[in-house]
Amino acid sequence: MAIARARIKSVGAAQSPLLGATMFTPAVLYILLLVAGPFSLAFLYAFSDARIGNTEMHYVGLENFRSILKSPSFRMAIRNSFIFTICSQIVVIVGANILAIALEKTFRGRGFIRFLILLPWVAPIALGAIGWKWILDSIYSVISWVLVALHFYKPFNAPMWLGEPHLAIASVLLVHSWRLMPFSTVILLAGRTAIPKDIPEAAAVDGAGFWRTQFQIIIPMMRPILSVAVLFGLIFTFTDMTVVYILTAGGPFDSTQTLPSLAFAMGIQGSDLAAGAAISLFLVPLLIIIAYFMLRVAHRAEVN
Amino acid sequence: MAVVETRSLTKVFKEGELGAVNSVNLETREGEFLVFLGPSGSGKTTLLRMIAGLETPTSGEILIGGRVVNDLSPRDRRIAMVFQSYALYPHLSVYKNIAFPLKAQRVKKDLHKQKVEWAASLLGIGALLDRKPRELSGGERQRVALARAIVREPAVFLLDEPLSNLDAKLRASAREELERFHRRVGTTTIYVTHDQVEAMAMGDRVLVLNKGVVHQLGTPTEVYDNPADTFVATFLGSPPMNLAELSDVIVGFRPEHFRPVSSVNGEAVAFRFKVENIEYLGSEWIVSGTPASGKLGGQKVFSRLNSAQDLSLGGTYDFAVPQCELKFFDRSTEKRVEPKVVSWQ
Amino acid sequence: MWGKVVHVLVITVFTVLLAFPFYWMVITSFKQNVDLYTMENNPFVFNAKPTLDHLKFLFTETRFVRWLANTTFVGIVVVAITLVLAVPAAYSLARLSGRWGERLGIAIFLTYLVPQTLLFIPLSRVVAYLGLQDSLWALILVYPSFTVPFSIWLLMGFFKSIPKELEDAAMVDGLTRFGAFAKMVIPISTSGILTVVIFTFTLVTQEFVYALTFISSESNQMIGTGIPIFLVRGDVYYWGALMAACLIASLPIAFLYNLFLDRFIAGFTVGAVK
Repeated sequence: MAIARARIKSVGAAQSPLLGATMFTPAVLYILLLVAGPFSLAFLYAFSDARIGNTEMHYVGLENFRSILKSPSFRMAIRNSFIFTICSQIVVIVGANILAIALEKTFRGRGFIRFLILLPWVAPIALGAIGWKWILDSIYSVISWVLVALHFYKPFNAPMWLGEPHLAIASVLLVHSWRLMPFSTVILLAGRTAIPKDIPEAAAVDGAGFWRTQFQIIIPMMRPILSVAVLFGLIFTFTDMTVVYILTAGGPFDSTQTLPSLAFAMGIQGSDLAAGAAISLFLVPLLIIIAYFMLRVAHRAEVN
Repeated sequence: MAVVETRSLTKVFKEGELGAVNSVNLETREGEFLVFLGPSGSGKTTLLRMIAGLETPTSGEILIGGRVVNDLSPRDRRIAMVFQSYALYPHLSVYKNIAFPLKAQRVKKDLHKQKVEWAASLLGIGALLDRKPRELSGGERQRVALARAIVREPAVFLLDEPLSNLDAKLRASAREELERFHRRVGTTTIYVTHDQVEAMAMGDRVLVLNKGVVHQLGTPTEVYDNPADTFVATFLGSPPMNLAELSDVIVGFRPEHFRPVSSVNGEAVAFRFKVENIEYLGSEWIVSGTPASGKLGGQKVFSRLNSAQDLSLGGTYDFAVPQCELKFFDRSTEKRVEPKVVSWQ
Repeated sequence: MWGKVVHVLVITVFTVLLAFPFYWMVITSFKQNVDLYTMENNPFVFNAKPTLDHLKFLFTETRFVRWLANTTFVGIVVVAITLVLAVPAAYSLARLSGRWGERLGIAIFLTYLVPQTLLFIPLSRVVAYLGLQDSLWALILVYPSFTVPFSIWLLMGFFKSIPKELEDAAMVDGLTRFGAFAKMVIPISTSGILTVVIFTFTLVTQEFVYALTFISSESNQMIGTGIPIFLVRGDVYYWGALMAACLIASLPIAFLYNLFLDRFIAGFTVGAVK
């Protein structure tokens, strides 16, 4: 047995580092090439005058940044990016917590309900968005029909959900929240079921009612999971262009434009790759902040 | 007035099946340490949880301090509970853990400090108040759980196998601490365990449960020396009581009463005993084997001795049981009956 | 009792709000156009008989089937590439304990945070440079950049839960470390690998930005881009067919996703919930 163990040690020790490296190098190289590479290129383009169809490219310094910072659509886009992200996140966290509490207990049909609840997250983003576009259609919206039937509006006078700037913003917010809710719910539910059953029982015996138990015991204990749900939620919403593109294409009059959708509009549709790259780089600061917090959460979990 | 009383308390989890707790009647005595003892699945924890209000009874009544509490939530029952895992709030400091019940009961904030420090000093954990539960040892966590329980000055303590998560060595000292704590504080305590040694050592009285039914309620002496039926007789004592089925009665005798003839005085029943296994436990010997003939022939019998030096494996010796130590049980009901005359051959 | 009422209410409200659009897709798919486009009609009932016209239209007069084929093709190839890259990588990172493995794992995790909406502009240039514009191969090339990190992550957690003793026993029996990996670990990892397959496939079908940027012609579209963009002729939205297409594209994915949900959650929460 000692001989066998010695053999493992020599086989393992000799092979492991080399074998290990061979096994993960292809993946690492691939990721480097397709993520780090383009990432650096983005910086390169932002400082150039690259255009679609033009193979030449010259260095132009901060010119791109100067012009986009002056543009009102850009300022609108930054503002909207933050509004959509933060507001939808708040709605989602509160809603997901409530829903997670409701889903904790097993009940008949819970599996089916879970299937239904997951649909917004699971369906391809564009398809869910276009479903909403039909629901929010300026003429045939079912919401309008209901409101007219309830006499809140006169026929043909219902609001243009996607055509009026404030309503359009609300609609985009709605769809973002709708899409993100299942994801957060499912993660928070996992966090809740991980809490040992005797903790809320101890709180009950100690005299805590429902709300106190939730806010002073359960939710603080869920902090790492909450952080994960929030951080991912922020990223998914902040970096998304699909919802805006499908629902409003940034309109009306750029009022729902976000950083990613503006980058697409200018960079691809407007052929100005450099401007597009420069705009999309403004995503980076928030990504760095989020990455930092994610690392902190992971580190804290290690320590505990 | 009994602090805790149950009347015909029953809990059925699945319709049509036997209940987890079946029509239990009990009354605690003021300030006593009452142990619910039974194997796993005996219903002892369910019974405790119903008293705590964490489980709703199917039928029957629970009274605390003379009032029926069936409809009261745990917080209104003036009970405190220590869970098997201690259930300390991991994100709160020891101080905040102990203060939590005060906060929840809306005790005035200026009183918190005083009460927490009182509870902490009672358990000797004053130095740990700023720590978090994960920084504490098993024994320290138990003390924090007890401090959190006592800070509310409840009418009754409920403890659910608090020692089972500790390793053996720690268990003995933790047990002693619990006993000391109970003597100091004097609150009526109900303690659940499957460990009969703990039950005997700690309990003022022991409630022996199996399959949701109470088999006996009595002092350790009573349940050990005068078991009410064969279940109690064999559950307490290690190795368990030797049982022999005779024509119309079951006869039992404890291993410590089954010894070599030379050390038995007075009227006794004698056996020729073939030794098949000898275990040396340091403080005593456990010898097992089979009687050579008679009604007990071929059945495994245990003996506990202070010394087995004269015995060897495979040998046959004269052993005996004092007549007065024989216990008799009815063959069909398995309940304890008066001594009878039996023939052993 | 109160509690029960609130409970049912909460579940009902949320379920309705979240699932309503899909219910609406179902209704719209089977309603005749006259019914759909008459404002006075109650939209919640069938005022004319339900019809299969939209489905017929979808399958015969649009490129829908072609898009399904495209998506499936890209999905299969990307899944294959992902497995080949991610399975060995995840295994070596899971077994390579110590700072090396941890650091690399974290670095890979961080790449998942780099969004498509940042990389799509430079990548569009790269794709054009490689002559892959308007080709499905552009997507096949680029998609592993996000499916691989995610899969490595999922699998790392999975491999870590396999006891080391299994491989040690195999090596005592004479297998090399790689042999132990190939012959022992992989066969018992079918559920983990299956999870990766499912999620990679769903990531492929859900992706929008790259598909929109790199593919221009109608016949090369993926499901996620073809439906919202090419089921529109001029300014006219073919809502009936659109909704039917959305349903057909979404439901199978939803079924698969549900089956493997627990693994998915574990992947996301690795490290935060111990």
